[in-house]
Amino acid sequence: MGRIILICRLARHDLRRRPAQALLLLLAVAAAATTLTLGLLVRAAADDPWERTRAATAGPDAVATASDARSLRALAKADGVTGALRPLPTVAARLGVRDVAVNAVVQGRDVAAGSIDQPFVTSGAWLRPGSVVVERAFADALRVRPGDAVTLAGRRFTVAGIAVTTGRAPYPSSTPGLIWTTRADAARLPAAQRRWTMPLRLADPSAAPAFAARHPGVTPWQDLSAYATAELRLTNNALISGAWALAILAGLCVALLVGGRLAEQGRRVGLLKAAGATPAVVAVTLLAEHLAVALAAAALGLLAGRAAAPLLSGPNAGLLAGDGPALTPGITAAVLLFAVAVTATATAFPALRGARVSTAHALRDPVRPPRRVGVPPGLPVTLLLGLRIAARRVRRTVLAALSTAVTVAMIVAALAMNREAARKDGRTTGPDFVPGAGNPVTERVTQIILVLAAAMLLLAAVNAILTAWTTTLDTKRTSALARALGATPRQITGGLAAAHLIPATIAATAGIPLGLLINKAAHAAAGSSTTTQIPLLWLAAVLPAALAATTALTAVPLRKAATHPIAPTLTAP
Amino acid sequence: MEPVLRVRRLRKHYGAGGGLVRAVDDVDLDVAPGEALAVVGPSGCGKSTLLHMLGALDRPDGGRVWLGGERIDRLSETAAARLRRRAIGFVFQAFHLVDELTARENVELPALLAGASPRAARRRAAALLDRVGLADRAGHLPAALSGGQRQRVAVARALVNDPGLLLADEPTGNLDTAAAGDVLRLFAELRAEGRTLVVVTHDARIAAAADRLITMRDGAFVDQTVFAPSGLV
Repeated sequence: MGRIILICRLARHDLRRRPAQALLLLLAVAAAATTLTLGLLVRAAADDPWERTRAATAGPDAVATASDARSLRALAKADGVTGALRPLPTVAARLGVRDVAVNAVVQGRDVAAGSIDQPFVTSGAWLRPGSVVVERAFADALRVRPGDAVTLAGRRFTVAGIAVTTGRAPYPSSTPGLIWTTRADAARLPAAQRRWTMPLRLADPSAAPAFAARHPGVTPWQDLSAYATAELRLTNNALISGAWALAILAGLCVALLVGGRLAEQGRRVGLLKAAGATPAVVAVTLLAEHLAVALAAAALGLLAGRAAAPLLSGPNAGLLAGDGPALTPGITAAVLLFAVAVTATATAFPALRGARVSTAHALRDPVRPPRRVGVPPGLPVTLLLGLRIAARRVRRTVLAALSTAVTVAMIVAALAMNREAARKDGRTTGPDFVPGAGNPVTERVTQIILVLAAAMLLLAAVNAILTAWTTTLDTKRTSALARALGATPRQITGGLAAAHLIPATIAATAGIPLGLLINKAAHAAAGSSTTTQIPLLWLAAVLPAALAATTALTAVPLRKAATHPIAPTLTAP
Repeated sequence: MEPVLRVRRLRKHYGAGGGLVRAVDDVDLDVAPGEALAVVGPSGCGKSTLLHMLGALDRPDGGRVWLGGERIDRLSETAAARLRRRAIGFVFQAFHLVDELTARENVELPALLAGASPRAARRRAAALLDRVGLADRAGHLPAALSGGQRQRVAVARALVNDPGLLLADEPTGNLDTAAAGDVLRLFAELRAEGRTLVVVTHDARIAAAADRLITMRDGAFVDQTVFAPSGLV
């Protein structure tokens, strides 16, 4: 019991003594936990709106389309069909709203409510002769409300209501947009070709794909669901991929923080051990304080993710929204476990390594002697210093480089996704799309990319600052000594900056093809054989941008290291 | 003869109020060219602080310091670094060799910082290591050298830019008798070459070999003994 109190006391004091470091750790883990929470919540919420809409509209198990009504009536008697609506006349017509003209699919419906696939009116009323009801996502894009006047093939109609359906994927997942009129009004519309649509009820809804395979022109409800929720699934995939990248960055952040703290506290570790603390106590103390921060960060991430989820998980306007995603015990446990696992993994190795160092060596500080790596002779002195410093702590240099590589890779992947979104946006022009209405799918993906890029840049920035801070701690004595021997602050800053920029250049260069590979893998996972081409100029700009950001972020701590008083550093015990 | 080092009312205090520590308290000092000055006193009396201010490693709170006629107590960090590399050599009690550099690379470092070509720096380092008797240890890391050998490397490093003034802080404090004897012999050679030496020490042998001995207590000079005429006193 006494030992637990001691560990808690040491951990508490350490956290209070270093609030800035604790805050950086909190930020890093919270950013990753928020993204994971968002990913899990959005995934859990992806199916709800479609199911809710299907239930409210008595959604069909399959939808058959054909150019003649007779073949559909025959299909209504096929094995496995337990119910069907009378075939619905379907024609393409030009829709006019104010000064906007766009193609629409007009479906003739009964004025009386049907037993299958009855659109659910969310605003206004159901059909009456001379009126139309507009599918909600299409209505949103057109900005029409009940009572507005529209024209179909030049004939004037009044919008009676706005409704949702699961008999067809909402606009713009399906184009042209859907409008319902009475059967009689649909029959009066001039059309080059009339088609017929028939919603079906099946004895075994789960066997709808097999039924569709046996009967051409039939779409099972599973396909309709996949089309309608593709946007949320796309969002979810981006979030989950982003959460993985953020988890790696958060893990690197914790590892850098613990490594830096050990570099700073080598002597404290020695003092603890000299006073009788076992290696396990030293390691557990470090673990305890980081886990406490990680749990707090996970709680913050859960709250932030819960607050932001409705912004990302709100369904397409063509589906009915529910109460929003809920934090289930499973999601809560997964996020807490994730934060604890990342932190424990990143802390355990350096903590154990520090704790195992002999007491006498730890008291002398530093904890671990720097290793010597050969560098080419004849280099400028600043570069020589930089290479020596980078070579001192290979593990830290690798961690920092990994952080840069992951960030650059994800930024390149994000650029590719953004480009893809822009390309899709470019396709949403033409007679089937409402001019100037934008594409809610690409808009949401762009939002996600922005959020993820911001979170990743934040973590990468934290990592860069931590790397600079740990380097300055580790090279404090060497820098002071070099200055005592005649190195100017500029030479020291230059050397330390080179120590960061040399591995950062290599990592950023490696990150670019890695990002392109991730993009290719994402396309492959989505079943697409094509990849997005990023303009060479964009890729060329990534490297200098990454290096400029690294320089800017590390400038202050490095400059501080180069101007630290020499005498106290050299005479410190 | 003009003093090479001149100090007037030099002051360095730490803390405030009841906790005020007068590390160096209004001291005056002149050191003649070629003079060997030893500063002795109990631990914490301000010897090392004085040495740091003489070498522009630390800034005084008050007073003035001239080196070769140039004011050095208010130099910028960059100017102080350039002065040190050009005019001052340091030897520390804890050696302060860079752990991951070999003996030769440690000696080359100040020369490279001063802008010497790698070839020239290597030539000078090799000559100095030969002079301190460590030519055969040039490729060794500090961890593979004894305390006496490390201090001799530190002396060689202090001399690589051929400074006129050598400042040594307890140069034999971490050495056994034999190693301390080696360092003493080196200092005697440097003195014979006409270099100016200021040595902070507890070692009676170094103190006895100096031209002048100053005793410090509580940041002030309390006693001065001249062993040999140097033209200043």
